[in-house]
This record gives sequence, C-alpha cells and structure tokens, in this order.
Amino acid sequence: MEYLSIFFEEVYKILFLLVPVLVSVAMIVWLDRRVWAFVQKRQGPNVVGPFGLLQSLADALKYIFKEMIIPSSSNKVIFILAPIVTMTLALIAWAVIPFSATQVLADINVGVLYLFAVSSLGVYGIIMGGWASNSKYPFLGAIRSAAQMVSYEVSIGVIIINVLLCVGSLNLNDIVLAQQSMWYVIPLFPMFVIFFISALAETNRPPFDLPEAEAELVAGYQTEYSGMMYAMFWLGEYANILLMCAMGAILFLGGWLSPLEIYPFTLVPGAIWLILKILILFFLFALVKAIVPRYRYDQLMRLGWKVFLPFSLIWVVLTSSYLFYFNLLPVN
Amino acid sequence: MIAHSIFFYTFSLIAIVSAIMVTASKNTVHSVFFLILDFISISCLFIMIGAEFLGMIMLIVYVGAVAVLFLFVVMMLNVAQQKNQWFVGQQSSKHIPVGLIISTLIFFEIVIVIGGWKYKPEIFDINNSFAQTSISNTHSLGQILYTDYIHVFQISGMILLVAMIGAIVLTFRQRAGVKRQSYIKQISRERAEGVEVLEVQSNKGVKIDD
Repeated sequence: MEYLSIFFEEVYKILFLLVPVLVSVAMIVWLDRRVWAFVQKRQGPNVVGPFGLLQSLADALKYIFKEMIIPSSSNKVIFILAPIVTMTLALIAWAVIPFSATQVLADINVGVLYLFAVSSLGVYGIIMGGWASNSKYPFLGAIRSAAQMVSYEVSIGVIIINVLLCVGSLNLNDIVLAQQSMWYVIPLFPMFVIFFISALAETNRPPFDLPEAEAELVAGYQTEYSGMMYAMFWLGEYANILLMCAMGAILFLGGWLSPLEIYPFTLVPGAIWLILKILILFFLFALVKAIVPRYRYDQLMRLGWKVFLPFSLIWVVLTSSYLFYFNLLPVN
Repeated sequence: MIAHSIFFYTFSLIAIVSAIMVTASKNTVHSVFFLILDFISISCLFIMIGAEFLGMIMLIVYVGAVAVLFLFVVMMLNVAQQKNQWFVGQQSSKHIPVGLIISTLIFFEIVIVIGGWKYKPEIFDINNSFAQTSISNTHSLGQILYTDYIHVFQISGMILLVAMIGAIVLTFRQRAGVKRQSYIKQISRERAEGVEVLEVQSNKGVKIDD
C-alpha cells in the first residue's frame, strides 16, 4: 500500500508538470505563427477562437483524424519509434527544471548534465526517422541534422562550463541561487549570445533549419510522416525549443528569481518569473525565424567549429583566470 | 529494497539482452541501436549505484556523440556489399584466430577480476579507496583526478589530442580545382574590381571570363 501511494503521488506530480507543458507547447505554436505573421505584415491564424488561440487545437484535431501512412519499404518498427523517441526525450527533460526553490520534480545533483544529455539524445529521433523512411530526402535531412546537432552541442557544452565555473555546482537550483547578486547574462554576455545562436542550431530552427529546408529537401526527415506521427514530431520539436529557452533562462537570466528583490516583485511566485523569461526568449526565437535568411551548410559548419568553439574556449580560460586571480572561485 | 532490486534486474537484463542482440542482429543499423540501448541501461546502472556523474557522462559522450558517429558510418557504408566480402567465403577464416585470442584474454581478465572480488574483498572495499562518501560524487571525482592523478589525467588528454590530430592528418587531402569562397575576399570587394566598362564593337564579342 505504501508503494502504491508513493506511486500515485509521483504520477500526480508528473501529470501536474506535463499537462501544462503540453498545453503551452500548443499555445507556443500559435504564438510563433502569430509573431512570424506580424513581422511580415500579415494577420496569421486569427479565426479559431479569440485571437485564433484555439488554432493549435483545431490543427491537433485535424492531425488525429488523418490517416497514418507507413511506407511499405520503410523499416516499420524504427519508423514508428522515431516520433515517440523525439516526443519522450523532449518531455522527460522537464523533470529537472526548477520552478521555484521547492517546486521541482527531481532535484538531482547533476541537473545541468541531465539536461545536456537529454538534449544531445534528441538527435536520435531525427536520425531514426530519416533512416527508417528509406527515402532520399529524409535520409539527407537526417544526416544534415546529425552533423549539425553534434557540432553545436560542443559549443553549448563549453558555454555550460563557463557558467559552472562561476557556480561551483551542477544542481540547477544552486545555479539559480548563485545569480542572486547578478544574473550571469551581464558578466557572461558574449556566452549568452553564443548560447542563443547554438540553441537555434540545436533545435533546427531557422536560420539553421537545413535538416528540413523545404526548398531543397521537401520537409527533411519528416517527409514520409503523416497524421499523428507528424504531429508528434512537431510537438517534440516545439517542446525542445521551450526546453532550450528554459535552459537559457536558468543559466543566464536567473531562473525563477525576480528581477529586483523589492516589495511588489517579491509577491509574484517564482514560476511566473521563469515562464516570463522563457516567453521572452521564445519571442526572440520567433523573431529570428521571421527576419533571418537560411544559412548555407558550409557556413553553418564554419560558424560552429571555427568561430563559436574557439571563442567559447578562450572565454573559459578568461573566466577561470579571472575567478582564480581575484580569488572568487566558489569553494564548498 | 525490493524496488531497488527490481530496477537493478530490469536494467541489467536489458543490458545483457541488448549486448547479445548487438552481435546477433542481421541488420548493422539495428546493431548500433541495440548498442545505444546497452549504453543507456549501463548508465542507468551507474546512476543506481550513486555514480550519477559517470552515468550522465556516459550518456553524453557515448550515446550523444560516439554512437551518433557509429550510426553515421554504418548508414553511409554499403553494408550489403561488404557483408559478402567480409563474412562469407575464404577470407573470413583469417579473422577467427585473432578473435579467439582476444576473447580468451577478455575471459581470463573477467575470471581474475571476479576471483579477486570473491576471495580478496578488502581490495574492493570502498573505505580503502580515495573516494569520500560525505561529499558529492562529482566533487570527489574532481578532487581525485586533479590532485593525485593529475599526471595520468594530463597524459590521457595528450593521447586523445594526438589521436585527434592523427585522424585529421589521415583524412585530410587537398584537392586541386575546387572553388572556395573566402569571406574576407567577398566582403572587401570594391566596385572597381568587380565592374569594368568596355567598348564592345559590333559583331565581335568580348571575352569576359579569364
């Protein structure tokens, strides 16, 4: 009986986290299309519900009632597994995101590493989908995205090292609490910019959406997918984008901390601040999608390996020597 | 404790079955996927014994990077053709003695380790090692790696660097006749270099490309 009650309590907590995440993913798709439209002086989705807010719901209904086509020459098990992997990996990472000092599903010692590991596993959904489709465009898209994600993971890893040097702990709550005096976006501003651009590349967002470049590869790795499986790829992609925004908010924008520790701000719960920061970062993601043209593939690789990686490595040396020289290294 | 052992046996069963499937499955890409499953269950086992740092690093390095490159190579190779060359016919018998020697070595290594663990348990006692249990896993690993074993650590880093440079040197080749784009050249171009006004006589073309 004791085990059962623990089990149900945990399931309740997980549902309480996942249902809002899924709803916000649906809303964020609407926000993305809306921002994109406004930049181009269009209206965007504005018919279903007030301001078109229920557009994603209508889209989801449409996908559910469409036929799922499995190509006859595809590798069926892996073909079906791929969207499931993408979706699962995008959702399990939310387990460690702290919404306040106590509101966190799993407050583990190596939270940052867990986030990094899960985001680096995200490439498998894409590779599996591209390979199992047994078709040329998905395969090309999968190979492109694998190379791209592996390259930009490296620079994200080095950027995380910069933050960890200042914090001295891998726990996400410790990272947030270490920013009480100053958010890391101020001393590590160049790293924040590089993190933002690498996050764009890691989530296959424009201007780095080579894996699904519609002018060259139809829809990249998801060309052969239809119905609910396509929708799952879509949801997983947006959940990943939100996750990257949350990671940026926690590492650089002080997570659930309020911007000023004075009276009216301290009344607002930490979760609201975190959500606001995620939304601001996502707004930037959506703006970039609308205003920047797509990179060429060699430019993308050059940017990752020859510009970002050396620059962030030099910044590691700078940060650590600064901390060492001024005796600011965190010791616990 | 029951929950703990249930999880342990689940993960180890998955690890063993997928390890067998790596060698048993006919499709090479399936083997790599089983290898990934194996890595993931091993890292779960690491986390279960409290080595959460090692488990996560295992996920990041092996599953996130190494196995992706494996998949890359395996997908690019024309496996069906090479299977005929490698595994069928006369040539395959050459590899059997080497494989036998290596597998016997590994077998005796495992026998030595398990025998030592069985008859000299104090060697493997956690209190004799440098690790302190009072501080976090990551912290104690760092304290040991960067103090007692700093030279070993540096040497292994140098070996990895040499291997990396070697791989680049082996695969690097300069091809003639490839048109490259230089960003600095493109940006610093002036109008005077790019545009030229010519007097074109009728019925006589102009040679524009040089």
